[in-house]
Amino acid sequence: MQTLKIKMARNQRELRVELIGRLDTVTSKELESEVKKNLPGIDLLIFDFTQLEYIASAGLRVLLAVSAWMEDRDKEMKIINLSQMVKEIFTVTGMIEAFEIEE
Amino acid sequence: MKILNVEAVVDNIYKVTDFVDEQLDEAECPLKTKLQLELAIEELFVNIANYAYDSETGMAEIGFEIENDPKTAVFVLSDSGKPYNPLMKEDPDVTLPRRERPIGGLGIFVVKKGMDDMFYEYKDGKNVLTLKKIL
Repeated sequence: MQTLKIKMARNQRELRVELIGRLDTVTSKELESEVKKNLPGIDLLIFDFTQLEYIASAGLRVLLAVSAWMEDRDKEMKIINLSQMVKEIFTVTGMIEAFEIEE
Repeated sequence: MKILNVEAVVDNIYKVTDFVDEQLDEAECPLKTKLQLELAIEELFVNIANYAYDSETGMAEIGFEIENDPKTAVFVLSDSGKPYNPLMKEDPDVTLPRRERPIGGLGIFVVKKGMDDMFYEYKDGKNVLTLKKIL
């Protein structure tokens, strides 16, 4: 069962990652390897969560790991457009303050 | 009570969430509550898959029933792994700067925040965790 679609668009040194569906324990691993492959040479990483309907703690851990990777290299990461369920999880876990989020 | 018995391995989360989904659809559960329950059960099932049986694999059982007045979804998760009460796990400090955050503990924390009632017992060689959420 395919539950997450990952759409990536690179524009010079910017990478935009759109997630559609569910970031669960299984798809979080896919996301981590897909994103890490594409990070070299990127200065700005944008996650678009407009169509992300569900996030488990495994997904939060991947976001924390990727943001640490970017920060270590003085690069920027931001998340745009949280859906209602994802926003709630981000609020409860304090992630809403930990990440740069744009609505 | 409706019961699902499944091998406790991470790849089986879809069998588990499909079961949860089916039961909650039948109970006409609102979408937001359904997602919270799916999340709670995914987190707890993954914990069982990763830790309950050490390097071996074992089974997990998920039971479901509806209580009335008020209408409440009740899920009961059990495994025959080592005794472990996830409710005793200390809550992570969610106000720490991002880099200092502990990686563990977020899952169970999210579960606790989303449910109306939870209790744990160890009986007949099994970890039994009951979750309740008013629909």
